[in-house]
Amino acid sequence: MKKNKYLERIYNGVWKENPLFVLVLGTCPTLAVTTSATNGIGMGLAATAVLILSNILISALRNIIPDKVRLPAEIVVVASLVTVCDMLMEAFVPNLYASLGIFIPLIVVNCIILGRAEAFALKNDPLTSAFDGLGMGLGFTVALVLIGSFRELLGAGTIFGYQVMPEGFTPVSIFILAPGAFLVYAMLTALQNKLKMPCATNGDAKDPDHVMCDGNCTMCRLGSQANKASFN
Amino acid sequence: MGKLIIIAVSSCLVSNVVLSQFLGICSFVGVSTDVKTSAGMGGAVVFVITLASAVASLIYNYVLTPLGITYLKTIVFIVVIAALVQIVEMFMHKCMVGLYNALGVYLPLITTNCAVLGVALTNAQNNYNFVESVVNGFATALGYCIAIILLAGIREHMEGNDVPHSFKGMPIVLVTAALMSIAFFGFSGMM
Repeated sequence: MKKNKYLERIYNGVWKENPLFVLVLGTCPTLAVTTSATNGIGMGLAATAVLILSNILISALRNIIPDKVRLPAEIVVVASLVTVCDMLMEAFVPNLYASLGIFIPLIVVNCIILGRAEAFALKNDPLTSAFDGLGMGLGFTVALVLIGSFRELLGAGTIFGYQVMPEGFTPVSIFILAPGAFLVYAMLTALQNKLKMPCATNGDAKDPDHVMCDGNCTMCRLGSQANKASFN
Repeated sequence: MGKLIIIAVSSCLVSNVVLSQFLGICSFVGVSTDVKTSAGMGGAVVFVITLASAVASLIYNYVLTPLGITYLKTIVFIVVIAALVQIVEMFMHKCMVGLYNALGVYLPLITTNCAVLGVALTNAQNNYNFVESVVNGFATALGYCIAIILLAGIREHMEGNDVPHSFKGMPIVLVTAALMSIAFFGFSGMM
């Protein structure tokens, strides 16, 4: 029974509440780094590591952190972990680090990390939170690798750097350029709409014009800011 | 002077913060429903990013670098930016009521906008001095402003259009952004 609880967190992160496809969090790094499958996996694993550790730490500290300084405390914890991750990546995978560039330090402001800290780690014990982080991180990684492979396949004819397309294929290089990111993401959300799959930015089937949050993370932030204000 | 102009043009148009660097996508897609709101958001972003890059640059060049602790920049920048936005909000609320009414509601939204931290980190990465950082911050924010107001204008015109069912909402906005991104790609010929 206990084991099921942890497996359920992983299933939840990868499939049921996939952070990218279903919750639509972390769109900025997604659009920026999915130019290749390798970049996708690098970004995904870096975010996973930070997510697991931040969930554990914040969950362990949840009874010590005063409610008033909850957000600043969380941000400092996440920023410290991101700095460690940043330095490790610069030292051990310099090529990947160079191609991900500024988006590694920007994991700090990735909505997935703070979102999980607020929504899950603050209410649960460290071990469950760790599995929640693992599930969410894997879900993010899988999503990034899928989008990255698709863009790399069309834009360069390769996947993970290996030639997949036949010799005669002319790469459609727009797919690995900036416009391609928007285009692929647009098609993806349209497909989710068409298949009536759950997605935070798409409305429910009954009311097609109703958009739940319009891809608007700011609404959630407004909520957390309002929370913060009410504590002051 | 020449370097400043190159920095300004390249971060405003050529590598536009939203359309080619993908920073601040959330608010770009979320707030751009009408031109007036977008202009308010754009104004607040220009204000905050310029101020934040000035403060972050001072701290980076005169505190972190002499002490040899530049590796702490991510932590320091995020805390400074969050505090700065709070202070600006309180100050405006008290002393500049008109400006607060115009921009105030957007200020809290910007704290975690990745563009603010992104610009501060880019400035540090490129070793920009104080003036270069401020120019880069202002130009980047201006680029954001241009992009979001253009998108809002297009979205206002699209309101009456018969968009295919699957593309209603988010997808059509992303397609629009893709086309804008292609248009902005033309600027890369300038440099």
